[in-house]
Amino acid sequence: MPKDELKAGFRLVGTRPNRPDGLDKVTGRARYGADIVAANMLHAAVVRSPYAHARIKSIDASRALALEGVKAVITRADFPTGLTGEDWNLQENTIAGDTALYDGHAVVAVAATSALVAQDAARLIEVEYEVLPHVTDVDAAMAPGAPVIRAGNADHSVPEGMHPNVVRYIDFGHGDLEAGFAAADLIREGTYKTEATHQGYIEPHACLGQLGADGRGEMWVCTQGHWYIRRMCAAVLGIEAANLRVTPSEIGGGFGGKTTIFMEPLALALSRKAGGRPVKLVMSRAEVLRATGPTASASMDVKIGMKKDGTITAGQVNFRMQGGAFFGMSPIAEALPCAFACYDIPNLMHEGYEVLANRPKAAAYRAPGSPMAAFAVESLLDEMCRELSLDPLQVRLKNAAKEGTKSSYGPTYNRIGLVETLEATIAHPNLSAPLGPNQGRGVAAGFWFNHGGETSVSLQIGEDGTVGVSVGTPDIGGSRASIALMVAETLGIEYEAVRVNVVETGSLGVNEPTHGSRATFASGKAAVEAAESAIKQMCARAAAEWGIDPEAVEWADGAARPAGENAGKFPPLTIGEIGAKMGGTGGPISGHHESVPGGVGASFGVHVVDVEVDPETGKSTVLRYLVVQDAGRAIHPAYVEGQYQGGAAQGIGWALNEEYIYGADGRLQNPMFLDYRIPVASDLPMIDTVIVEVPNPGHPYGVRGVGETGIAPPLAAVANAVAAASGARLRTLPLSPPKVLAAIKAGQ
Amino acid sequence: MRYHAVESFDEAVRISASATGITRFLAGGTDVLVQLRAGSIQPDDIIDIKHVPGVKDITRRADGGWDIGAAVSGIELGAHAELCRDWPGVVEGMRLVGSTQVQGRATLTGNLCNGSPAADSVPGLMAAGATVSVTGPDGARVVAVADIPKSPGKTNLKPGEVITRVHLPPRGENGGDCYLRFIPRTEMDIAVVGCAVSLRVSGDMITEATVALGAVAPTVVLVPAAGAALVGSALDDAALEALVTAARAACRPISDRRGTVEFRIEVAGVLARRAASIAYARAKGETA
Amino acid sequence: MSRIHITTTVNGETAEFLTEPRETLLDVLRNQLGLTGSKEGCGTGDCGACSVLLDGVLVSSCLVLGVEAQGKTVETIEGMATDGALHPLQRQFIEHAALQCGFCTPGILVAAKALLAQNDNPTETEIRYWLAGNLCRCTGYDKIVRAVQDAAAEMRGAA
Repeated sequence: MPKDELKAGFRLVGTRPNRPDGLDKVTGRARYGADIVAANMLHAAVVRSPYAHARIKSIDASRALALEGVKAVITRADFPTGLTGEDWNLQENTIAGDTALYDGHAVVAVAATSALVAQDAARLIEVEYEVLPHVTDVDAAMAPGAPVIRAGNADHSVPEGMHPNVVRYIDFGHGDLEAGFAAADLIREGTYKTEATHQGYIEPHACLGQLGADGRGEMWVCTQGHWYIRRMCAAVLGIEAANLRVTPSEIGGGFGGKTTIFMEPLALALSRKAGGRPVKLVMSRAEVLRATGPTASASMDVKIGMKKDGTITAGQVNFRMQGGAFFGMSPIAEALPCAFACYDIPNLMHEGYEVLANRPKAAAYRAPGSPMAAFAVESLLDEMCRELSLDPLQVRLKNAAKEGTKSSYGPTYNRIGLVETLEATIAHPNLSAPLGPNQGRGVAAGFWFNHGGETSVSLQIGEDGTVGVSVGTPDIGGSRASIALMVAETLGIEYEAVRVNVVETGSLGVNEPTHGSRATFASGKAAVEAAESAIKQMCARAAAEWGIDPEAVEWADGAARPAGENAGKFPPLTIGEIGAKMGGTGGPISGHHESVPGGVGASFGVHVVDVEVDPETGKSTVLRYLVVQDAGRAIHPAYVEGQYQGGAAQGIGWALNEEYIYGADGRLQNPMFLDYRIPVASDLPMIDTVIVEVPNPGHPYGVRGVGETGIAPPLAAVANAVAAASGARLRTLPLSPPKVLAAIKAGQ
Repeated sequence: MRYHAVESFDEAVRISASATGITRFLAGGTDVLVQLRAGSIQPDDIIDIKHVPGVKDITRRADGGWDIGAAVSGIELGAHAELCRDWPGVVEGMRLVGSTQVQGRATLTGNLCNGSPAADSVPGLMAAGATVSVTGPDGARVVAVADIPKSPGKTNLKPGEVITRVHLPPRGENGGDCYLRFIPRTEMDIAVVGCAVSLRVSGDMITEATVALGAVAPTVVLVPAAGAALVGSALDDAALEALVTAARAACRPISDRRGTVEFRIEVAGVLARRAASIAYARAKGETA
Repeated sequence: MSRIHITTTVNGETAEFLTEPRETLLDVLRNQLGLTGSKEGCGTGDCGACSVLLDGVLVSSCLVLGVEAQGKTVETIEGMATDGALHPLQRQFIEHAALQCGFCTPGILVAAKALLAQNDNPTETEIRYWLAGNLCRCTGYDKIVRAVQDAAAEMRGAA
């Protein structure tokens, strides 16, 4: 669909109104996971394995149970057996069975009348371990002789003869790889490694669970997706999903890490054991870092063939990723397709291995797999551009995927905006900012698929003509504002007349979490459909009142109006007038929409970063940063910019300082914000943004989804800038000062 | 856990001397509470010394030196213009500890008693020749700051002893000091390497110099050879080179999550050179 | 474990509570006084989400014992808006979209208020270093810094 067919000249879409939850959040009123309380509530604490890999020989909770105020202690024995597949995976991670699989793996949980008593009790629980050999590095875990973490997890895809820790193999490609490399003037290859990083949301996981002996329960929890919580908790506990009502709190950041369960079933199981008293479980920061969410660590081979003019003739990748001690958790299946997604390359081959290691169960992290893939491919491209003295942005433009390109992972792209994004980048003044000594500029491109996913929305017309919208996608970064804007635009009413609520599992059909950059796309699209459905009903009510055919009524500016030959015969009936009378005209008016929305539009971004490297210490300082990304359409531009800036900041952290550091004993060395070094305010410059709008034809307002692409380019962009500034080309992240300094000295 | 808000150091010592379990003195609490929270220490008695008269005082002695109360926070130290003028390196070391929030509470004495080899305020104090007054069951004594650290997390204070004040010598004429540290971010990290230099000049010539290094040995260390490399020079290239060599030679670091042995040794030299240059400029009155 | 009776002033009102000596001021504010606007993001003074003013000094309330609040004044996010009127910082944060998830926002607002109380015209660098102990994972800090700058300008104009 050409751009001009999409709705243009919007009244509200593209404006920047205050978010509806703003007042609650600047006054401290907004209620997050740990802010929820219930009468007669207990508090829980968890005993975690201090070993990376250990057999649990015995558990003695007698001293804890003797402590005044202790009401329940649970172990794996309190959970049903016989689970399979991902349900078994989830249960295994929730609480260890025979074997603790990583440092921080939950082993016992206790509930008591206060958090302090629960912690005291946890210290009194004696667990006897038999320490087993462990492995935490992805390459070491698949090498011959590596300790076997859990045999029998490999699926049929794994080639024979590989180590049992290798559990999945993927390959795909197109064209003729050999011919492609033969056509190249320059062939280069390299091996790149990224360390695991954590989403680093500031709100630790927290929930309040209540479960009775009748199998009915409730949960209040900070989550990106409460239907996932419901389904997963029900599976792990062996209860029926419909009997668990899950209410999401406000969420203090997720970035993918709150799309699954970690400790929620423990609260429910403790509640059941404590006679149904509600149990609150709040993780400490150390628990968050040791036992939740990190992304995979990756080891990646890349080979690229290029002509002298910059045309890419062939590309080949072989990626190894570990996602912890649990199969199916690495983003290998996403990383591979992202590797060359930005480019139109005739000959490609992708291979990938998923490997188990004694690390926590990985969770999604913002564009899972894409940042690692982009680090490898965009770094090598940069090296090759330098070698051929080609402008790195022009080379990307020359090879850019566009509408009609057969993507690297199979499908043919519809309308996409990478070319426009590259052109906007090239035109930006940051590209001509002068650079001083020890300063360098790096660029990189990145991609994310975006996602539709199961979606349910309902919309209610109020008696005064205001509108309630019930969505099931928790609002992390302003989606209630963007959905309200689209609904108000569609209905022709004021933004303030629409209230969007994130509702609990009992109030709406199933919804996938807020993930895959889908909330504004999918819930927004469904909300627009629901509004259109309500409009149809309101037009029918007006038609009945006027005694004309419903088809002869049109909706404009918040009112039903007679159209066609009836035009002007009756005064418009506003939404308020229709709402006020609806009890007598046929009953409540609601719209609803349930679907797995199609028409997902891929999003591309290009980042440009200027870095100064202290040649005597190897320390990198980010001087200037630019994000250019195709939003499709920015419904609320301020929150689109916020996604761009936030993604860039996380990527900068991943590039420079963030990493999971395991000791030789397999224990996490830095489970604190002190040493898990996310960027602080003084580490960053202002982050310039350009919102490119190449509307997605698959969405009524052109939305693509903007949350994730922004974290794909920074790893390579920063590494390329550090190389330009210092001459040190690092292929292993993070670019921590000791590593950069060693590389500088090695190059001297 | 029992909490005691004492009104005098004698009372503090009485309580700690009679305590049978784990005792912690509480000033700013920015280390003690972290340990308490992490469960790494479960004290039986916490003795809060912030209600003792005078613990928040910063006073210039008759000899021109300074007495700093045990509960003076980083912010209070930094707000004292005259002290900052005399000992900018001491103050900037303390001011680097933690966040703005931590600065509202953290103290020189706490930073010293925590026993970390990476303590940011300690190299500056040692380079300045600072001493501390200590009170304990066996009476009061004055101890050089350099003699307090023993090993990572441990001090040479005897059981029941508490530091009551920090004493800085008179700065005198033509002196300057400086503390620099290396951290991977701009804030909020523990020093990977720290270096303080205090020196005095006569004209262009350095007449006295003391160098202390942090985070490169089990304790913060004085490096006499590094100071000696500067004395008699006008901070020329040869002197700086000798300083760098001496500083690096004194390093006995470990590799850990914050840095490697090689990196720490290398950067110790870099910081020594940079800190000496700043201290020299300050001594000559060229910069604040 | 024996509890101690503490009397303090929180957001201008007398508050009394019983606390175990090992409870932090943050625990007391959240669990006993119902003031859940102060957040715990780390419990180790590294994130600033629990920032409050204690006798006017910016501190991490997770690094203060509840018993230390005896006789002191405590100001939390809940006291920042006066008589129903938002503080300029609060308003600017909403208007600048300087929050996404909003979890760090109370701590940042309290910290920024303390900054503006002592420096009515901070530079970008001064704002960034003052707020270095307040982690935000969503915004990249850009809009936060701009909101503080504009609030400062507004307050200077109003003064």
